Amino acid sequence: MPDVLEMANVSFRWPGRSGFGLAVERFTLKPREKLLLIGPSGSGKSTLLSLIAGIVAPQTGRISILGTDIARLSASHRDRFRAEHLGVIFQMFNLLPYGTVVDNVLLSLSFAKERRKRAGGQTGERQEAMRLLTRLGLEQTLVEGRSAASLSVGQQQRVAAARALIGRPDLVIADEPTSALDRNRQIAFLDLLFSELDIAGAALMMVSHDETLASRFDRVANLTEIARVLSGEEAPT
Amino acid sequence: MIVLRLALQSLMNRWVTALLTIASIALSVLLLLGVEKVRNGARESFANTISGTDIIVGARSGSIQLLLYSVFRIGNATNNITWPSYEDIARQPEVAWAVPLSLGDSHRGFRVLGTTPDYFKHYRYRRTNNLEFASGQPFADLFDAVLGADVAAKLGYKLGDKMIVAHGLGDVSFVEHDDKPFRVAGILKKTGTPIDRTVHVGLEAIEAIHVDWQSGARQPGEAVSVDDVRNLDLKPKAITAAMLGLKSRLATFRLQRAINEYPREPLSAIIPGVALQELWDLVSIAETALTAVSIMVVITALIGMVVMILTTLNERRREMAILRSVGARPSTILGLLTAEAGFLTVAGVALGTAMLYLSLAILRPMLDRLYGLNLTIEALHWHEWQMLGAVVLAGLLAGLLPALRAYRLSVADGMTIRT
Repeated sequence: MPDVLEMANVSFRWPGRSGFGLAVERFTLKPREKLLLIGPSGSGKSTLLSLIAGIVAPQTGRISILGTDIARLSASHRDRFRAEHLGVIFQMFNLLPYGTVVDNVLLSLSFAKERRKRAGGQTGERQEAMRLLTRLGLEQTLVEGRSAASLSVGQQQRVAAARALIGRPDLVIADEPTSALDRNRQIAFLDLLFSELDIAGAALMMVSHDETLASRFDRVANLTEIARVLSGEEAPT
Repeated sequence: MIVLRLALQSLMNRWVTALLTIASIALSVLLLLGVEKVRNGARESFANTISGTDIIVGARSGSIQLLLYSVFRIGNATNNITWPSYEDIARQPEVAWAVPLSLGDSHRGFRVLGTTPDYFKHYRYRRTNNLEFASGQPFADLFDAVLGADVAAKLGYKLGDKMIVAHGLGDVSFVEHDDKPFRVAGILKKTGTPIDRTVHVGLEAIEAIHVDWQSGARQPGEAVSVDDVRNLDLKPKAITAAMLGLKSRLATFRLQRAINEYPREPLSAIIPGVALQELWDLVSIAETALTAVSIMVVITALIGMVVMILTTLNERRREMAILRSVGARPSTILGLLTAEAGFLTVAGVALGTAMLYLSLAILRPMLDRLYGLNLTIEALHWHEWQMLGAVVLAGLLAGLLPALRAYRLSVADGMTIRT
């Protein structure tokens, strides 16, 4: 089985004058692996996640997800690939506040035909969304027909997890998903997330600067060891 | 589709501004269509009112004014033609027929026209249509009246009913010729012209009800009884205008010049078609101005929509980042925002069109009664569809402005949630 993620000789620089960039020599993630990526702000977290998600493409190098080099895909193919294979959880404000909870979950199937089939297609996707939400500790009565805005922050993060997990993605990337939660809720959230990741068979790459969570992960890495920030003058290699 | 549903919910979440935007587009479309409707309606009803008359003669005045008061019952004559002059002109060898018109009295808000039975023979409308009687016949007796269709319908008159003519033109008149009632001798079929709102009586009858009147008021103690009136010489001293039919059209301009240079009193002769054209030329400036204003209003409404969408963009960057994270392309974002503008415009256009028909249904009888403007309620013309299409197209183009900005933002932001 190929690695879920393999980055090799990647260098990327944002367009524009700031010239902030990132270089990754080699970085891999095994299937089902749960990685905690520690990094202070300004260390290029967002840039790394944008590269892996295929929002931007590197100027040089290879970013393989399940054997597909997304660096060689066109922008719209990268978008489609992300829809099919990735789940994303943000730090906060994950949901469209005016949409219902279930619609927010199902949103991640809108641009992914295969993933939608995996989630049960038109007939089963709603049930699958409800199943995930229930598994993540959101009672049916709490979810039915409610708008996402009426949920607490912790509940919203769990809805975001359900959205990232529906349709069994191969990789979930999460950008400090627990930072808005208190300690107890952080643990509870991670437990639920991990058990669903196992069911879905997905790997997790979670960025945080909270090292106390480290024990629960398969591997902990420091972003500064993986990626080198390119300053304005330095040319991408 | 969930994305579309969420886009609609996003819009409903901003329902107050969305509704106001739709309302302002709707009002602008109402104005645009309304101006067009009134313009076409006015032209049509004016053009259809008179035909078959070669020359209209009146006291010296502007040709448009003469046309308006003699044919359309709009405004008043400033002066009269003396009867001998009329007889002289009617006797000209080129003249095939002449019909005198005497205006100035009213019956419960409807104008009274004194004329001769020839009027019903020679008057033509909608190119070739003759006046037809729904019942009865032209006036035979001195105090007979022939009613236009609207007069009879509005006032509920039947053949043989008695009616009293008032002096002056007010809707409610306190000075009535109540000593000399008229009998309804005929009722005309509906024509869609000012004829429908006219009470026709004999020229002598106009004279008769005024014999004991001096300068607009009845002279006390001088009342002349109906029987006495019948024995008087009721030859009119003056008339308001006259319609002439010529033996040959070729003589039209020669006779027109002759009348305009009439030595015994200052007269004007107009050719209805030419005068109508002059009227159009005059009115077209106003029409163009009105159309320009309504186009400006449409543009203003569309700018309002663009502003409304633009101001929401910043707070919707989160929405866009989430959509991008689940695989939406920047072009999807572009499409969604353009669709939002398109939806608002189409909703505005639809509402505006509905408002047009609603206001037509409500205002039509009033416009018909007050201004003789007969607007028809009918399906939109091709030209009006084109205008609505242009509004929708302009809305979509205007929507591209915020959409392109959103596109750029979503490319720059990627999945970064900025709030």
